[in-house]
Amino acid sequence: MSRRLVGIYLVVAVGLAAAPRFLDAYQIDVINSVGLYVLLALSLNLILGDAGLFNMGHAAFYAMGAYTAAILNTRLGLPILWALPASGLVAALFAALVARPVIHLRGDYLLVVTIGLGEIVRIALVNDVFGLTGGANGIFGIARPVLLGHKIRKPDEFLYLIWGFVAVTVFLFHRLEQSRFGRALTYLREDPVAAEGSGIDTARYKLMAFALGAAWAGMTGALYASKMTIISPESFSFWESVVVFLMVILGGSGSIPGVMVGAAIVVLMPEVFRTFATARMLVFGLVMMIMMVVRPQGLLPWRALRFKRSDLPRREAAP
Amino acid sequence: MEQFLQQLINGLAVGSIYALIALGYTMVYGVLRLINFAHGDLFTYGAYLGMTLLTSLLLKDRLGLTLGLLVLAGMVMGLVAVVGVLLERAAYRPLLTAPRLSAVVSALGASIFLQNTLMLIYGARYQVYPDILPQTTVDLLGLPVPIMRIIVVMVSVVMMAVLFLFVQKTKVGTAIRAAAIDQGAARLMGIDVNRVIQLVFIIGPALGGAAGLLVGLYYGQISFTMGWTYGMKAFTAAILGGIGNIPGAMVGGLILGVVEALGAGYVSIAWKDAIAFVVLILILIVRPSGLLGERVAEKV
Repeated sequence: MSRRLVGIYLVVAVGLAAAPRFLDAYQIDVINSVGLYVLLALSLNLILGDAGLFNMGHAAFYAMGAYTAAILNTRLGLPILWALPASGLVAALFAALVARPVIHLRGDYLLVVTIGLGEIVRIALVNDVFGLTGGANGIFGIARPVLLGHKIRKPDEFLYLIWGFVAVTVFLFHRLEQSRFGRALTYLREDPVAAEGSGIDTARYKLMAFALGAAWAGMTGALYASKMTIISPESFSFWESVVVFLMVILGGSGSIPGVMVGAAIVVLMPEVFRTFATARMLVFGLVMMIMMVVRPQGLLPWRALRFKRSDLPRREAAP
Repeated sequence: MEQFLQQLINGLAVGSIYALIALGYTMVYGVLRLINFAHGDLFTYGAYLGMTLLTSLLLKDRLGLTLGLLVLAGMVMGLVAVVGVLLERAAYRPLLTAPRLSAVVSALGASIFLQNTLMLIYGARYQVYPDILPQTTVDLLGLPVPIMRIIVVMVSVVMMAVLFLFVQKTKVGTAIRAAAIDQGAARLMGIDVNRVIQLVFIIGPALGGAAGLLVGLYYGQISFTMGWTYGMKAFTAAILGGIGNIPGAMVGGLILGVVEALGAGYVSIAWKDAIAFVVLILILIVRPSGLLGERVAEKV
């Protein structure tokens, strides 16, 4: 993380922390939904941007997490924030299980398979699989989250919960980017053959990236369930996967600040275009085309990590 | 047995519509390596244009049923092809050298745009096709089959046969195949690849538009979002057959339609839409590049 980026993050954090003083409840709610999409976009970025796996069924993992949290909460009475790790785990296990046989498929084949997985999960939820998901009506009566004995229910309070989770995620993902794992993924995406030749177990790393991204989407799902207190299959449609996919590519695939900007733009654009009334989605589509034609690499494209001499451990720096 | 045959014929009718749409996906993919997500919406354009022309021009009263429908089909295919060419110019040509996923996002943007133009013009509600075809059934080996099903299958088969011969036997068709195999080499052989791309964006949308018209006539009800479902199914069919491969798209479409119809009839109607994808995943596990796709070595 460069110093300038840290500075920008701090400014944004201060701005968000002060937001409840200046904005009304509706606007805060929009910001909360930006936060949830930022989390989803960051988690998909791990799969699509870092590992280069075309995944257009991310809503499946989001749904897995949301439903896990909702079922644990409504059936077993587990507090929703306690269900967070379970949601991540279930989504990751599911992702690893279904991705194992298909992860070697060529780009576009994988894209269609993941679209298919997303649809299968959604249809399974509609059909009330195992009698747990509540069919097309979904699950309602999910308890509000309780943090340190305080019940979170107002949009302002959710702002801190959601964006707090975003802050933790951004920190962890930046660390991950610079770790051995992150560098292996970058290598893998840029040149899979050379990466394999250098002894990187490509299948394993791809699978790990897939599972980790899914885990984060699952936890985001749990947060979503706690915010809405009601979830239904239509919240996890194909459109949802497409939107998150757009955020990653529009913002700059592989770049953490990029996909965050992408998420903010995609959520806020229809709000800004409210003046166009029914034509706002038309304008949205048009703007997307124009943005891609003008900046095909995304708004804030990924840049290779650079290391200064002082970053290197002393032993290696010595001649 | 009778139910089985009925489901089979129904599946063939739906499958041949999938196949017609899948051809557009597969031809564009073959030349550009691009998933044209807006193709499903060109199909919807076909359905809506067909409805508008049918009600406004009164072709049936002026030209009689058969000739009227032929003229209508020609007009719809021509108009949708124009939209296809414009789409290529606006959304894809500027991105020829860009990263591949940028073109995918541009395609998604185009899809949203096209869908919403229809929504703004016609409104968000279902539209109903005028009832012009006789509701008769034909006796097929002792089996009563609605005539529309037979028309759908026959029209699709004829169009696919014409396309197949065109691509295999003519000089222009050879150029399309050459550009699909290796664009650079095709260019060196004196093929104007940009014209090939344009041609592909005429043929694909024309077939998609025809499929839209057929769906309108067959089901009698259309909506502005139907391009997503049909497009997704057709694209699945193209992948199933091996994307970039023209016979593969036809085979894939027919298989998908039949499996779906039989699955809905014998397994469960609620899982109908999932069956197609389960079949796709199972086939791709066994044959990673589709049924007729060439094997591209990519070891992981």
